[in-house]
Amino acid sequence: MKISRILTGAILLYSGMNALAQGTISGNMEANYQYLLSDEKINAIQPDEKSLLNSYINVNYRLAGFKAGVRLEAYMPRTLGYPDRFDGAGLGYRYVGYENDLVDITVGNFYEQFGSGLIFRSYEDRALGLDNMMNGISLNLRPYKGVTIKTVYGRQRFSFVDGKNQYGAGIVRGADLEVNFNEWFPKLSENNFRVTGGGSLVSRYQEDNNSQFILPENTGAYGGRLALAYKKFFINGEYIIKEQDPSQDNGYIYNFGKGMIINAGYSQKGLGIVLSAKSIDNMSFRSDRDAALQDLTMGFIPPLTKTHTYNLVATLYPYASQPTGEVAFQADIIYKIKRGTKLGGKYGTDISLNFSTAYEPLKKTSGINLLDSTRVTYESTLFDKSDLLYWRDINVNIKRKVHKDWTIEASYYNISMNNDVLKLTNEQGVIESHIGVLDVEYKINRKHTIRAEIQGLWTVNNKDRGSWATGLIEYTVSPDWFFSAMLQSNYGNPVKEDRINYPMVFVGKIWGATRVMVGYGRQKEGLFCVGGICRFVPASNGLSLTFTHSF
Amino acid sequence: MHIIVEFKTIKIMKKLSLLLASVFMFLTLNVDAQENDKGILEKTIPDMQLKNTVGETIHTGQLENDGKPMIISFWATWCTPCKKELNAIHDLYVDWQEETGVRLIAVSTDDQRTASRVVPYVDSKAWEFQILLDPNGDFKRAMGVNNIPHTFLVDGNGKIVYAHNNYAPGDEYELYDQILKLMEKED
Repeated sequence: MKISRILTGAILLYSGMNALAQGTISGNMEANYQYLLSDEKINAIQPDEKSLLNSYINVNYRLAGFKAGVRLEAYMPRTLGYPDRFDGAGLGYRYVGYENDLVDITVGNFYEQFGSGLIFRSYEDRALGLDNMMNGISLNLRPYKGVTIKTVYGRQRFSFVDGKNQYGAGIVRGADLEVNFNEWFPKLSENNFRVTGGGSLVSRYQEDNNSQFILPENTGAYGGRLALAYKKFFINGEYIIKEQDPSQDNGYIYNFGKGMIINAGYSQKGLGIVLSAKSIDNMSFRSDRDAALQDLTMGFIPPLTKTHTYNLVATLYPYASQPTGEVAFQADIIYKIKRGTKLGGKYGTDISLNFSTAYEPLKKTSGINLLDSTRVTYESTLFDKSDLLYWRDINVNIKRKVHKDWTIEASYYNISMNNDVLKLTNEQGVIESHIGVLDVEYKINRKHTIRAEIQGLWTVNNKDRGSWATGLIEYTVSPDWFFSAMLQSNYGNPVKEDRINYPMVFVGKIWGATRVMVGYGRQKEGLFCVGGICRFVPASNGLSLTFTHSF
Repeated sequence: MHIIVEFKTIKIMKKLSLLLASVFMFLTLNVDAQENDKGILEKTIPDMQLKNTVGETIHTGQLENDGKPMIISFWATWCTPCKKELNAIHDLYVDWQEETGVRLIAVSTDDQRTASRVVPYVDSKAWEFQILLDPNGDFKRAMGVNNIPHTFLVDGNGKIVYAHNNYAPGDEYELYDQILKLMEKED
């Protein structure tokens, strides 16, 4: 009897594994190791553990419509600058689900976005330590051609303590509908029109935990969106409203929040134009009204600025969206001067121009009695801006292949950043800077390439930390090696003792989907940004080792 | 008491040996099976629904190229090496297509901040690749992509046969060599 039970078990296990083998397993892993030294000059302190490690592995399984997956995470302890509520090793993410043409259901942890994400976006950026995934249930339906309905229900991840996920206080519920009208009316496509529309509704429940005010326990946010395109022209926009949501971000006021984003563009061969406008008022929306920083955000307000990649441009004075209020505009032009023309040269020349700016919204207080019981503290209209500048960036980039083996790229940036609002350093007022970058690439042969960058940054009136320079040399051997050395210098700092040099070297080896990188040197304190979201990282000196693998 | 414990140990050991035996059996059988169909760690494209640039829904599991190889490349408008890679391939794409019939699918991971730049960028560079949008990283996660650029080569049966995570000038030739190798194998 017992033996037969064991046998049945073995057979079940065997057939189970055989069934598993029909599906596919895929995943990836990453480990970041740091060995840190003390460096008084940059105020870098060696932690007691001396070495730090962040690591995770994702494993996804799929068989026909069935899907399941886990992520194991380990912080032993967390690397420098990572959010301080991450420690231990354990299960950070798990889900099971099923998907076919009609339904897509996920139970457990999941990521999702409604429309442009203004009122709901649950996502991860492991490099930044951002992960506001949901824990609950997601059900998506495609009941009719061109129609997609998404629903979500759950709590958001807040932190990872002792190897266990901690979820936020509020319950998030939401639904989203999107209709692709071209599937209903084929005439639209025949006439080169494309029309998509949608609407979403999100609501958060959180207990009234405040003794001073009567807080709304259920706060809703809703909005609609429309995307139109005709041949090579497009315009899309989303408008949203958030109900009364007194929070730590807005100082517990009872104003409604609202926001709008509009993008319009035109493109053809050799030319692309995008114009964008955004107006945001009181739109910080979190699943815990007392949360701060990047914690438990339910919506994502994208900054309307270009994502810069050169070190000095990207890390010293970047912009971050102001969810409590901003009016912003951006124009972006990409143009290619044809090859074989006098101006374009033999290979053509790429030019890109970008302008972005953001202002404080105008908040009218006339006729508002701040002492009355409504706690509505101002009135505002979308796109009504004050004269207070938050941000302005004018930049141009010219890239030209001047010879079969030589490519030269030159960029100029003029960035004005209001430090009273963005608070990146101790300086007051607007910091204006001029930045120039020259990037030269020489192909030695098919496999060997050398590239060099020279970057210079000068602040107007030598404000803040004054002038900076960066030199970088990179040598790559396709397909598997890279070497680079970088020297950054704050040579123009008004404080003589702070004129510090930051040397760094990196070596990397790639085997297909596996990559190892070793770095050694001194790194300045500053913002580490990916896709418009930034994390502050303290200065450090030491060795870093990164391993990534995908399977 | 003591005897019961021992008995239990024997039971557990029996169970364990059976388990090990079945796992072993399973593995040997599975290795045999690999000759004909796929093994458990062989990667195919997970089926998901993504939008293309005109708002149509594309099933990733149904992506195919008439039995010819396919390249799936993850990129973003803010990723300089990704753009270098795709522009380098763009310059060679006509020849590649003529010689091997390969098709490239470029999956943009741009989120809402830069999503509106995708179409103008692609048009201005006159790329002839199929573009899919993955604004919240769902497909990226399912494909096990850590960071971009990450390029996959898929054979005519939908199996991923080569992947490369990085771009250095010249990598496009390595990729093409892999495509040629695949063509030889299939012939």
